[in-house]
Amino acid sequence: MSDAPRAGLTSWLTTTDHKRIGLLYFYTALGFFFLGGVEALVIRLQLAQPNGHVVSAEVYNQLFTMHGTTMVFLALMPLSASFFNYIVPLQIGARDVAFPRLNAFSYWVFLSGGLLLNASWVTGPLYHAGMLSVAPDGGWFGYANLTERQFSPGPNIDFWLLGLQILGVSSLAAGFNFIVTILNLRAPGMRMMRLPTFTWMTLVTQFLIITAFPVITVGLVFLMFDRFFGTHFYLPEAGGTPLLWQHLFWLFGHPEVYILILPAMGIVSEVLPTFARKPLFGYTVVVYSGILIGFMGWGVWSHHMFAVGLGPIADSVFAATTMLIAVPTGVKIFNWIGTLWGGAIRGTTALHFAVGFIAMFIIGGLSGVSHASPPADLQQTDTYYVVGHIHYVLFGGTVFGLFAGIYYWWPKMTGQLLDETLGKWHFWLQFIGMNLAFFPMHLIGLLGMPRRVYTYGPELGVGQLNLVSTIGAFTIALAMLVFLVNLLGIGRRRRAAPNDPWEGATLEWSVSSPPPVYNFSVIPTIESRLPRWRTERHGPMPDPPAVPPAPIHVPAGSWWPLVAALGIPVMALAPLTHTLWIVFVGAAILLVGIYRWAFEPFEV
Amino acid sequence: MTHAAAIAPRTSLGLDNRKMAFWAFIGSECLLFGSLISTYLVYKGRSVVGPYPHDILNIPFTSISTFDLLMSSLTMVLALAAVQRADMRWGKLWLFATALLGLVFLGGQVIEFTEFVHKGLTIGTNLFGCTFFVLTGTHGAHVAVGVVWLLTLGARALQGKLGPANAMTVEIMGLYWHFVDVVWIVIFTVVYLIQ
Amino acid sequence: MSDRTERAPLPEASGRRPGAHPTADVYLRVAAVLVVLTVLEVGVFYVPAFHPVLVPTLLVLSAVKFSLVVMFYMHLKADSPFFTFLFGAPLLLAAAVLVALLLLFFGTLTLRGAPGAG
Repeated sequence: MSDAPRAGLTSWLTTTDHKRIGLLYFYTALGFFFLGGVEALVIRLQLAQPNGHVVSAEVYNQLFTMHGTTMVFLALMPLSASFFNYIVPLQIGARDVAFPRLNAFSYWVFLSGGLLLNASWVTGPLYHAGMLSVAPDGGWFGYANLTERQFSPGPNIDFWLLGLQILGVSSLAAGFNFIVTILNLRAPGMRMMRLPTFTWMTLVTQFLIITAFPVITVGLVFLMFDRFFGTHFYLPEAGGTPLLWQHLFWLFGHPEVYILILPAMGIVSEVLPTFARKPLFGYTVVVYSGILIGFMGWGVWSHHMFAVGLGPIADSVFAATTMLIAVPTGVKIFNWIGTLWGGAIRGTTALHFAVGFIAMFIIGGLSGVSHASPPADLQQTDTYYVVGHIHYVLFGGTVFGLFAGIYYWWPKMTGQLLDETLGKWHFWLQFIGMNLAFFPMHLIGLLGMPRRVYTYGPELGVGQLNLVSTIGAFTIALAMLVFLVNLLGIGRRRRAAPNDPWEGATLEWSVSSPPPVYNFSVIPTIESRLPRWRTERHGPMPDPPAVPPAPIHVPAGSWWPLVAALGIPVMALAPLTHTLWIVFVGAAILLVGIYRWAFEPFEV
Repeated sequence: MTHAAAIAPRTSLGLDNRKMAFWAFIGSECLLFGSLISTYLVYKGRSVVGPYPHDILNIPFTSISTFDLLMSSLTMVLALAAVQRADMRWGKLWLFATALLGLVFLGGQVIEFTEFVHKGLTIGTNLFGCTFFVLTGTHGAHVAVGVVWLLTLGARALQGKLGPANAMTVEIMGLYWHFVDVVWIVIFTVVYLIQ
Repeated sequence: MSDRTERAPLPEASGRRPGAHPTADVYLRVAAVLVVLTVLEVGVFYVPAFHPVLVPTLLVLSAVKFSLVVMFYMHLKADSPFFTFLFGAPLLLAAAVLVALLLLFFGTLTLRGAPGAG
């Protein structure tokens, strides 16, 4: 195919355009985000009062497992990915990513993994069970040996481990793609220390992905072999230990939380300067802190294991490293505050979410520091205190940061402005809702309510606090409805977005909203970190001309990333149906896809 | 008009995109094999029942496999050198030689695994079985993928579609193949020689 | 994308230019050394006199083999230092994780003092 079609289903199925792929990630991730949200609401309904009867214990276990897995892997990471895809090439002055077809492949693999995981909600009847019975139910962290065949005989954990392996392939492929893109496809003059902070944080995140995901891959392979081929990696009877799973999982899992937060920190580092009309305070320090967080994130994993009996030396070492990692994070917070200080503040919705991020992340960080102390953590671990912590950092942090990004970049991505009034309503409802939902959890946890249990007795005395938390959750839901109304433009006329609604400093604002398919009619030459602003040493860079001076080749689409991607879930069907030959069918599809991909003429 | 009319350099670091991506991939594979090897080591000596490594590992046989793989790295790099200097006759020869040596290695693995099963060591027998077979099996799977890739390149060469202009594809093949070889160097030492 | 005009890469790219490719001569000599090192490794394994220093000797020998293949066959010595970073940093990380896990499972980090954290 010589010229990519621009309209119709085929054009979307074969797209290799980073902007389209970014939009695909965005809408898919948003869908999974709402699904995970519904799971949370059911959980909160069940916990709103002691001895709740909304769902059974078995369903509850599936709910919290799927809520966590969905939010981490199908919502937050892909929402970040939608911005990596759409925004990073624009910010570095490139026409696309280094490997556009690999980019498409990543998306289709993500979609198939997400669908496979969630298919488990309804495939119970295929296993002679009811609906809502074979979804993963071992927690998002899947501790062995609960996840072994002996204690989890059904397909639930198989769905989980296969879904995660598939998602890992997607993330790894994207990781290699973005590393090469950011390092190798920058416009002339775009030195590394002139990169927008969001692009820098994206780069660090990709390095974390390509190093952390192989570890969970191995851990999941061991689990799969235990469940299917009679190995004993996590079984004490044969000399193994469930602790191996915990090490492998958290060696991945801790870098994973930095994978979740760094992009949001990058977004905040873009939004604050724009709406304070002031450059980021201490850009260099913020960048180096991000890099440092990436490295140090590898040294803290066993702080998730303070209660398993590692011994005092191990506990102390990890306590120290965990406390240390608060330092570069704190540095960033001061730099953000310094950015706002003395700035000419424009209180847009994006700015509200960015400031909300700072405040909520500080609270989450404080509870995190309390976890860093093993004696304190012995009481906190496995209680709702931790649930409070993770939601302050992941919801108050990542989700708020992502919404800041949505309100900031939606005009660029769609050519439409969101309504600011509705945006403020969204923000305040979400802010109030989140604090109502998650603050009481600190108290609930310290009062002794364990996590991951479907109900609690009235004698624990946490009924009222749980009710408050549930009200908060529904307030968040209301906020999301307001957001949806805004997103869908219900009841108002949509306003077209100009190239640069915010007077931004970075390159994405120099092209139309949405950008032309080739991004830049002429690749700009960069002379400062803030190309579109007037600084002491540089005038603002003129935007590229509206019409390209010479024809620009735009790569064609391709079917093969989609075909190759489909081979992978087909392979996953083999263990799910205990039918070996299916794996060869899937492998054949994958191979055909790869070969056709490798040998088709494709010019970037 | 302005200096915005500048044209982008081919790549910012002057390095080939595919080569950079591949080195990043190899970095990532260090963590994959590192996790497998770590597991082998932390479970070393913890098998509750035998057979144990000293009962069953055949050093002379495996030494030959090791030589075989080392020689395949030599033939691989000779293949690359030949392609780069447009000597496609030797290029094809060395590529197929590498594939053959790879197949010999795989054959050796099959023989070894079959022996072990006959002597009572299966993947589920004990921790040694688990860790050994998954580690060396993963490595073997990588070799197998490499052989398929080599044969593909060889076929392209036979069709006249491989030459110095696309020598980068052979270089990247080489990176993969040598990496698989160095992983074996580590496995040979850690699993076979240090018992 | 179709901007094909060559220009000098950015400042970060200044560094070693890819050296002239080693000749087959170098490759053969490296191969010979690799064979010798492997013979030594197997020798150390079989000769009882070496057993007290078995582990460090084998680790050193295999590390040398590893480095030779990486530096010469994978051309890392002559290529951009950036590739060395792309490979070396994860390699160091993997090694550090391995050592940490060994310490956690076997070291004196357990309260009970018995091997393994259990």
